[in-house]
Amino acid sequence: MTAASLRAPAHLVDPRAKVYWTVRALAGWLVAVGVQVVVWVAVKHPDAVHPILLAVTAVVALAHVLVMPQWRYRVHRWEATDTAVYTQSGWFNQERRIAPVARIQTVDTQRGPFEQAFGLANVTVTTASAAGPLKIHGLRRAAADALVEDLTVRTQAAGGDAT
Amino acid sequence: MTAPSDDLTVVPVADPTLQPQPGWTRLSPRMLLVHPVTEVVKALPAILGAFLAGHGSGDDASGSRWSLGITAVVMVLAMLRWVTTRYRITPEQVQLRHGLVRRHTRAAPLDRVRTVDVTAHLLHRALGLAKVSIGTGTSDRKGRHALVLDGLAAEHAAALRAELLHRPVGPQPAVPQPTLPQPAVDMETELARLDRSWLRYAPFTLTGAVTGLALLGIGWRIVGEGHVDVAKLGPYRAVADQLRQWPLAVDIATVFLAVAIFIAVASTVGYVLSFSGFRLTRHDGGTLHVARGLLTSRATSIERSRLRGVELSEPLLLRAVGGARCLAVATGLRVGRGAERGGEILLPPAPVADAVKVGSAVLESAGPLTAPLVAHPIAARRRRVARAVAAAVAVGAAFDATVLLAGWDTALLSAPGVLVSVAVALGCDRYRSLGHAFVRGYVVTRFGSLVRRRTALVADGVIGWNLRSTFFQRRLGLTTLVATTAAGRQRYYVADLADTDAVRFADTCVPGLLDTFLRQAPP
Repeated sequence: MTAASLRAPAHLVDPRAKVYWTVRALAGWLVAVGVQVVVWVAVKHPDAVHPILLAVTAVVALAHVLVMPQWRYRVHRWEATDTAVYTQSGWFNQERRIAPVARIQTVDTQRGPFEQAFGLANVTVTTASAAGPLKIHGLRRAAADALVEDLTVRTQAAGGDAT
Repeated sequence: MTAPSDDLTVVPVADPTLQPQPGWTRLSPRMLLVHPVTEVVKALPAILGAFLAGHGSGDDASGSRWSLGITAVVMVLAMLRWVTTRYRITPEQVQLRHGLVRRHTRAAPLDRVRTVDVTAHLLHRALGLAKVSIGTGTSDRKGRHALVLDGLAAEHAAALRAELLHRPVGPQPAVPQPTLPQPAVDMETELARLDRSWLRYAPFTLTGAVTGLALLGIGWRIVGEGHVDVAKLGPYRAVADQLRQWPLAVDIATVFLAVAIFIAVASTVGYVLSFSGFRLTRHDGGTLHVARGLLTSRATSIERSRLRGVELSEPLLLRAVGGARCLAVATGLRVGRGAERGGEILLPPAPVADAVKVGSAVLESAGPLTAPLVAHPIAARRRRVARAVAAAVAVGAAFDATVLLAGWDTALLSAPGVLVSVAVALGCDRYRSLGHAFVRGYVVTRFGSLVRRRTALVADGVIGWNLRSTFFQRRLGLTTLVATTAAGRQRYYVADLADTDAVRFADTCVPGLLDTFLRQAPP
């Protein structure tokens, strides 16, 4: 028992993911700011309330948009070996997930509208457990397709009913 | 054998000229009495809605006409359901064909049948009927429901169940049991049977509280919808007048006592209804059978290959009086839908010793439920207490603000102090509950205070690990290890371990999986 700790997974995701995360976070914050502006115009509250709220939102948004993508990029990593898939995700709260290839049920790739714009894709690996599919965000499309192909072949080779 | 690749296939029959072949039989004709009643009860909201809507429109007769019309349509459809439903059992499959406009055939290959549950509610029982649900293990995930034969004669249902579960060919011939040749006679070992003295634990199960809340909700609706002026109701006024005369402290004590008595009585009634005639047996092949229920009788089975472990659950009150429940951790059974849902209960609230005994008998190993557990780092206690206190402070602050704004007695301002001390006690107890161990091939973990659960999950049932760490956990060097599984709650927590212990424990439980990802420590 010399095992002390887990090392991080081998591969970083595509650097463009940083831009993607920034844009996605900005979009979310713009909606929040938009709602506040609409409420400000529509409802007549005491004067100071809305500007203060808006300022606070702007500061939090700025911090989030500047810090989160960099931090996330350093955390998000993945690795697939012959026997297991290993991912690391999150930023403030982090999570590492490990699933044996023999227990994989499905391997999917998805591309949302923002991801498509940046030529990115994410890969979802599910097992028979409803707890925690492994998700790898921000892969380059070609890399995602290759990973799916690779895992599908290995899963079929492993056989079994994966429960 | 032409078993389809899916566990349970739904084949829409395209050709309407396809006539039922010989061998297709209808369900019991007595169901013609059951379906209309149950369907009308289900449609009651719509019928009442139509009645009230008609009533409200000023034309009293239209409401009655509409509701009668809907009732008639529902009854006719319910009867048609019996007419259009047929089933048959071939040497390979159980097949069910139903549908008026779109005809469907459902088929479950016999060698994939994992569960055969027989339930009979009051109406069924009055007519000597039972409902048979045939599941293929994974079938209740993602909307693929079990194949249900609603309405066979009770003795026929029991025979069918025995036949499907204990066919001479084992359900998994690929894995022969390394035991003696199976005897021809069905042998069952009784593992547990309801003991009347267990009824003393019933008031502490709090199931009555749920009933009480439901009744309160219904009462509230009736009062609201029917425009009843509560203040004018005789009994309510009598109670209100009485309470007004007494001092506040007596009022609080009286109400508390009344609620406690109600919950105790309702819980006891619930216990009797759910668990009368409870019996847990094991068939020679390893299949567990649970039979229970006073008005609605249920017979559930859990095949050995689906069983992944056992959970000992002790809600706070039950724990205080030395009681516990025992649940099965099995694939295809959903946990946590209450005692009435699913067949996962292996022992109703009973003395802890009995629960441990039954759990150990099911696991065929006493260790996992009795072995001492490894305590978690002391930093875990700080986290537990801090979280409980934070919640209590938030609630307390809101309460104090309300008191100040509403101008209530300022003596009430100190009430949150009680809440905070309770929170500290809760946090400490939550820490004391934490524990884990790897015993005889079982991953054992315990946590929780309001409901303390000790779960023994067979290591082979672990299909992955999640290691979570929040920002604050990382500062304390803690990790929450989550074992994911296809059974029961799907995830089992080993909360707040030291980072290295989390990895070490995961590596011990499932050797090899982490090997390539380990950083070797310098010797």
